[in-house]
Amino acid sequence: MIEPRNGSGTPASAPRQGFAMGSQDTASGKARDSAEADGVDEVLPPDATVDLAEVRRDTGVDDVLAALDRDLVGLAPVKARIAELAALLLVDRTRVRFGIPTPRPTLHMSFTGSPGTGKTTVALRTADLLRQLGYLRRGHLVTVTRDDLVGQYVGHTAPKTKEVIKRAMGGVLFIDEAYYLYREDNERDYGQESIEILLQVMENNRDDLVVVLAGYADRMNSFFRANPGMSSRIAHHITFDDYSVDELEQIGLLMADELSYRFSDEARETLRAYLDKRVEQPWFANARSVRNAIERARLRQARRLLDRSDARVGRAELTTFERADLIGSRVFSGGAAAVAERGPQDAEEFAESSSDAS
Amino acid sequence: MRITQGTFSYLHDFSDDEITLQIQYCLDNDWPLSVEFTDDPHPRNTYWEMWGLPMFDLKDAAGVLMELNACRTAHPDHYVKLNAYDARLGRQTTALSFIVQRPQHEPGFRLERQEGADRSVRYTTHAYATERPVGERYARS
Repeated sequence: MIEPRNGSGTPASAPRQGFAMGSQDTASGKARDSAEADGVDEVLPPDATVDLAEVRRDTGVDDVLAALDRDLVGLAPVKARIAELAALLLVDRTRVRFGIPTPRPTLHMSFTGSPGTGKTTVALRTADLLRQLGYLRRGHLVTVTRDDLVGQYVGHTAPKTKEVIKRAMGGVLFIDEAYYLYREDNERDYGQESIEILLQVMENNRDDLVVVLAGYADRMNSFFRANPGMSSRIAHHITFDDYSVDELEQIGLLMADELSYRFSDEARETLRAYLDKRVEQPWFANARSVRNAIERARLRQARRLLDRSDARVGRAELTTFERADLIGSRVFSGGAAAVAERGPQDAEEFAESSSDAS
Repeated sequence: MRITQGTFSYLHDFSDDEITLQIQYCLDNDWPLSVEFTDDPHPRNTYWEMWGLPMFDLKDAAGVLMELNACRTAHPDHYVKLNAYDARLGRQTTALSFIVQRPQHEPGFRLERQEGADRSVRYTTHAYATERPVGERYARS
């Protein structure tokens, strides 16, 4: 770790004495400590060199990134941004060893994208990741919406928002559908108060929590236009693109695998055909639609197994989707297209009333 | 006279970092914390003013410290303490309680003797500070 000429026997990764919070010694904590109390850690001489590849191995960053790549399909921009953050962490750590002042980067993010593009899933992973990378002390995710932040009468909002913020300290505060916080048509809406408190905390408690705002792209854009302060405090605006059919298929296979199901070859082709049709239809919610399709396939599969003349089943039958389990969907019979013409209210009912709507 | 109540009261006053470590210990044990303050530190005064509600579901000490600092700013001349409550069945009591702020000058207590019947004497303590009205007791003049 430390080159011999340094003369210090302690590797930099050894647990440090002092008042680091909890067991996780954060990168920012280290940065602050070394800036304030010089000489606690041996500072490398200016002409020393550090092997970044070695630092990389020691922090286990690659495992974290590989796991992310394996578990999430597509989402190239998101993965790229997280890889950048990981790289920054490594560089920052090394900077600290040279005694260069290294302020903590701003990590507040906004996730914009269509429904079902994985915003919440990624937020959950990010929280965990930032903890492993040493940016967060706890790495838990607190998911809230407008209801949890905004009060119902004067003086109710501030304590409510503060309580949520306190719970999120050390982790990620994920504000879903964040644009609801601001109501253009009502100047006296309490949402504004909540936004102001959030802004203050995002500025003052940057070391303690990461705020992630999520929502649909167009509405989030108008939200940021109305709250420029919010937009400027967020360093990472990440856009979640819609999935391609290939990616959706892969997601479907992954989801089925998690539920311990597999597709027969025929069923796989049918899944593909189903997705081709489904993406064209209204109220398509990307991965969420795939999950719903699989849930309904499970129902149909269960019924198919019960209705069979031969009532004896083995492991293979119980875990395999056949073509019939998917072809039963109304997507193939053109039912959803008819609904599309009638409008969203009907669509809601349609989705409610028929389990095989999409 | 330095008041010694609660845990750690014979130690030096804690720094924020030391308080943070204690808070984190409580949170790691699933003890919700609350902040209380008073300017009547009589040992029998168990009911201090609450600074907000007890804080549940917190994971990290920074949240508690934020409230604590808010309380200190609002009441710079009061005693402030942190209570940690252990809600487990069979314990259900304050698990840790310690003073995190005290006024700069603590005048202390006077011992009062009350003559009773048959030359008996009843003893009681009286805080000098409580001779002044609430809110001004430890004010820096």
